Amino acid sequence: MAQGKRCRLSDMKPGDRFRIEKVDVPDPMLKRRLLDLGFVPGGEVKVGPRSPLGDPTAYRVCGTTIALRKEESDYIYGEKIRHD
Amino acid sequence: MTDMTYTIALMGNPNTGKSTLFNVLTGLRQHTGNWPGKTVTHAEGEFTYRGATYRLVDLPGTYSLYSNSADEEVARDFLLFERPDMTIVVVDATALERNLNLALQVLEMTGRVIVAVNLIDEAKKKGIHINTKKLAAKLGVPVVPISARNREGIDALLDTVDAMAHGRINTTPLSIQYSPDIERGIAKLLPLVKDIMGDTYPARWIALRLLDGDASLLQALKQPPQLLIKEGNAYACCGSVKSV
Repeated sequence: MAQGKRCRLSDMKPGDRFRIEKVDVPDPMLKRRLLDLGFVPGGEVKVGPRSPLGDPTAYRVCGTTIALRKEESDYIYGEKIRHD
Repeated sequence: MTDMTYTIALMGNPNTGKSTLFNVLTGLRQHTGNWPGKTVTHAEGEFTYRGATYRLVDLPGTYSLYSNSADEEVARDFLLFERPDMTIVVVDATALERNLNLALQVLEMTGRVIVAVNLIDEAKKKGIHINTKKLAAKLGVPVVPISARNREGIDALLDTVDAMAHGRINTTPLSIQYSPDIERGIAKLLPLVKDIMGDTYPARWIALRLLDGDASLLQALKQPPQLLIKEGNAYACCGSVKSV
């Protein structure tokens, strides 16, 4: 999409707020799973702490904390809204 | 009427207090085991209300019925093949948006649903007000606010269960309209599904799953799982059951 504004959820830092634009996963089962967990286009995600080894990362979405690995959050595209 | 036993499935997202409600309703009259062939905990119990006996089956907590984890398959297969007399979907009042995903999926499969909005006390503390009347009107099924751990709203829930069991409640479950492409696909498949499966299964729902290419469902339909023959039946007293 337009000028590098769109980024991956996996690029976000703890404390960032992120709006999901697209969940673009090659594996349909994983896509279904991410949508079911609340990672839906238009939804807001707050990036939580990262595990000591850098992966996975906790995300606050729809009132629940969900941990995703980088290979999952790589497929979630959107933009950073702000940093708290 | 006194001899009737009704089966109720209990569903909900993880951590919605589903098992708390299960324990409140069944007390000591419950046992646990595993679903056949799966390492998924199976808990069921019994209670009586106004002369009728209810068998309550606590299904695994899931966010969905479609991601095909073992938990979700157990929950889906139970609704599909056991056809419980009714299903109570427990939703978390503090996270309705997330929880209604599963509720809507269940409504696509069966209309005999009661939505129990749990943790209503927690929601109040957070300043969340849930208009259960409006929610009931939108979903087309009864919605009862409860706080399972404080035993609030349990009587109202049981009254609703009683009314539904005895056919005093007509539901009009919300049917989600999909994009024209998908609706055309459903319309094409519907008569074929009805031809093959009869009225035993929810035809629109099956058509949707077929369009989705749900291989796990096809497998289950070809070879319906043996339900309720429990492996390694363990007896557990008291409320130590916790399915997450």
